[in-house]
Amino acid sequence: MDDTAVVVAFYVLAAITLISALMVAVVRDLIHAVLFLILSFIGVAGLYITLSADFVAVVQVLIYAGAISVLMIFAVLLTPRSDRDNAAVSYAAPLSVLAGLLGAVIIFVGLDTDWRQVEGDRFGQTAAEIGQALLDPYALPFEVASIVLVVAMIGAIILVRPGNEEEA
Amino acid sequence: MIQLEHVLVVAALLFSIGLFIALSRRNAIGILMGIELMLNSINLNLIGFARFVDSPRPIDGQVFAVFVITIAAAEAAVALALAVSIYRLRQSVDVDKLTLLKW
Repeated sequence: MDDTAVVVAFYVLAAITLISALMVAVVRDLIHAVLFLILSFIGVAGLYITLSADFVAVVQVLIYAGAISVLMIFAVLLTPRSDRDNAAVSYAAPLSVLAGLLGAVIIFVGLDTDWRQVEGDRFGQTAAEIGQALLDPYALPFEVASIVLVVAMIGAIILVRPGNEEEA
Repeated sequence: MIQLEHVLVVAALLFSIGLFIALSRRNAIGILMGIELMLNSINLNLIGFARFVDSPRPIDGQVFAVFVITIAAAEAAVALALAVSIYRLRQSVDVDKLTLLKW
């Protein structure tokens, strides 16, 4: 890809991501907030592509924009009588100041540190490299992650199973 | 040419927005949205470091990002199941009204 094209794509995708994240914060309907969240996830996936992480970008679209956002839409639709109002916030002004200050500190630290950068594009096709890394140095975390997923799935099924209502 | 600093600034702004959403919402699902945005910004940092920073095995950052996405999926499934379960008990997912454990 051309260098300027990558830079332009990076800025456009960053703008899409940040603006839709802001829209999640300000929009009034919770369903609209979920839709803007999906747009933000897709923007982040595009940013991964500009950073030559193609496999992670595909995983991001599949899991975040696909699975997690569908889960969220279902959760919003399954809780109809609760406040659909996304604008119900508490302490908005002090929290925005706090979040802004924290962001400023992170940006300052990020710009001030010497990160020992290297030049040049280092990744070709990352899927094969990630697969080998998952099976050789990260085999144990890989297996543990599968156990975590199974436990989370069983836990979610048990939590929403009918017949839990009489416990309270 | 994209620099590492650009990625860090975008990720820091995304993290701030996610933090604000996670702390200020009263709806439990809104809080979860903020947490997912924060996890996304951290993944963006990991990918940026894998791309730009000198390291013996540069692919590690992307592998970490895949693990973070995995755990985020598990966390979202359990948290949304909790929200639906709490809604069945209390007809609400407003975290200010969840005072079940308070005297």
